[in-house]
Amino acid sequence: MKLHEYQAKEVFRKSGIPVPNGVVVASTDEVDGVIRQINGPPWVVKAQVHAGGRGKGGGVRVAHSPDNVKTATMDILSHPLVTKQTGPEGKKVLRVLIEEGAEIEGEYYLAMVMDRSKARPVMIFSPAGGMDIEEVAEKTPGLVQREHVNMQVGWMPYQGRTLAYRLNPQPGPDTLKELMAVMDKLYHIFIDYDCSLVEINPLVITKQGRVLAVDAKMDLDDNALFRHKDMRGLADPMEKDPLEREADKYGINYIRLEGNIGAMVNGAGLAMATMDVIKMAGAEPANFLDVGGGASEEMITKGFEIITRDERVKAILINIFGGILRCDVLARGVLAAAKKIEIRVPLIVRLEGTNVEEGRRILEESDLEFLVAKDMAEAAELVAKQG
Amino acid sequence: MSILVDENTRVVVQGITGKEGSFHTQQMLAYGTKVVAGVTPGKGGQKAESVPVFHTVQEAVAKEGVNTSCIFVPPPFAADAVMESASAGIHVIVCITEGIPILDMVRVMEMIKGKDCVLIGPNCPGIISPGKTKVGIMPGPIHRPGEVGVISRSGTLTYEVVDQLTRVGLGQSTCIGIGGDPIIGTSFIDHLKRFHDDPGTAAVVLIGEIGGSAEEEAAEYIQTGFSKPVIAFIAGQTAPPGKRMGHAGAIISGGKGKAEDKVQALENAGIRVDRDLGNLGQTVLDVLRIKKGYHPPE
Repeated sequence: MKLHEYQAKEVFRKSGIPVPNGVVVASTDEVDGVIRQINGPPWVVKAQVHAGGRGKGGGVRVAHSPDNVKTATMDILSHPLVTKQTGPEGKKVLRVLIEEGAEIEGEYYLAMVMDRSKARPVMIFSPAGGMDIEEVAEKTPGLVQREHVNMQVGWMPYQGRTLAYRLNPQPGPDTLKELMAVMDKLYHIFIDYDCSLVEINPLVITKQGRVLAVDAKMDLDDNALFRHKDMRGLADPMEKDPLEREADKYGINYIRLEGNIGAMVNGAGLAMATMDVIKMAGAEPANFLDVGGGASEEMITKGFEIITRDERVKAILINIFGGILRCDVLARGVLAAAKKIEIRVPLIVRLEGTNVEEGRRILEESDLEFLVAKDMAEAAELVAKQG
Repeated sequence: MSILVDENTRVVVQGITGKEGSFHTQQMLAYGTKVVAGVTPGKGGQKAESVPVFHTVQEAVAKEGVNTSCIFVPPPFAADAVMESASAGIHVIVCITEGIPILDMVRVMEMIKGKDCVLIGPNCPGIISPGKTKVGIMPGPIHRPGEVGVISRSGTLTYEVVDQLTRVGLGQSTCIGIGGDPIIGTSFIDHLKRFHDDPGTAAVVLIGEIGGSAEEEAAEYIQTGFSKPVIAFIAGQTAPPGKRMGHAGAIISGGKGKAEDKVQALENAGIRVDRDLGNLGQTVLDVLRIKKGYHPPE
């Protein structure tokens, strides 16, 4: 679960990581009422969306008067923000964060992430702040330092020293101390909130020698939300596609894609492979949809409804390899959906596995029109014909 | 032959009285697996699916001589269940549970380091040595005893591939689902090493997907130390970056974990990567014929 910058900064503030003072507004009208609470000029006006590259996309503005702040706020709120992560249609911005400006001496990158192959969290620190860290790591790997953490021991002061004292030129001793304190706090946020990522880019050292988190990014482990009930309310459903939101309600794994062949599959791996098969056949998948290993008839019905509500969909491929999910349950779910909604596009069904005979019989004896594919290869051929 | 589990495998099911645990205990028993104990704290002394239930894994080891565990415990308690098995001296721990917090898995990995146990999963279908035993949730009847080893990060995609293998006449020595989570107990390499040493395995099918770098690491290992034919398939060629494709571990992030990079790494290591899932079984058969003059039993 991703947090917005202003939400992550609230966590930082509580944990003692210094952040600029700021206020979130959802309309230009609110600006007058809050602008006096924040030191300025200058002010910084920042779009609050879950997408990187906001600065380049015009989602971060510096304003030198309250009127400037209003214009910037209006401008950001009235246009979808396009960044390299949003796609060409961009993302509608519903809130902006107005913050006091900082006098910047140096910009750094600091993050805690999970290293999958080492099965340990790792602190990443770089003097190349404010830039795309993946690019920095690729082009100038010497500028990216890493410290893995043994969770049985926790983050140790020596690790902070190892990272901080490598800086050249060296900040003053008080600044270094602050920097190491921020590292320690970042580790504790990562653990306490069950994060998969906490990132500060840039982490700034000001002209006054203070350390300040000018940006904040937090991603919480969805699987751990059961022990962070207070954080759940911070989820922003508006960040998702409406059909994805609907699928979430029923616990269906659905991701909307760009193509026009709808797909309903059981199991994430097979669902991905089915998307690939559609592409190999010369078409484009409209979605990823995994109804899960043990889907109920109701979930199948819901999944099918969601696909048919996507107007771009020109054909639907159902690919089920029954293991725990039985083919007869699938067949009944599809029929239940077909009773509720009119299916105006060709339907291709490929069933295999547990209770496959029963599943096929149920479909054949119904008045549902559909094409049968006996295996993946034939499913691909039939999909290609729908082009 | 087979690896890790066979007819001598004695299974304890952790979470045997739950809905999934009891259903799959039935299924395993029907396949012929020696499920000889169950564990549900507080329900010791009862029976589930005619199997004796104990409060702890330690009791199950002492009374029934179990050497393998199969875990269906809900996510908040699953890490604890894995550690209990490891601490009780269980050799093969199969964790089916999906949805375990990643930090819990970090703690598990630190805890089992140096212990004589192999953790398969979590978020996996389990392991099967066809004709001998199945420890997990895969449909038994699609498998046949034979000489192809299968290692996969997925569940149903593995069933698809196994079904194709069986249909072209290729049986399997052992099929392992290593799990779809970002942190899993064992990697492709761990099991490739076992298949390497298993005289009953003639070739290995490796089924990967987007996210992480396990396939790249496997490619490197195969190039330097693996002599049997490997045929690979990578799911997620069309997956967009930044989106989690069902499995917690299936995500392209920061430009890393793309299917194409994995395919490249494997092909560079001389491994046959099949892009057409519909023909994977046939491809494996062709490779075996060419490399080994192999003829499947009729």
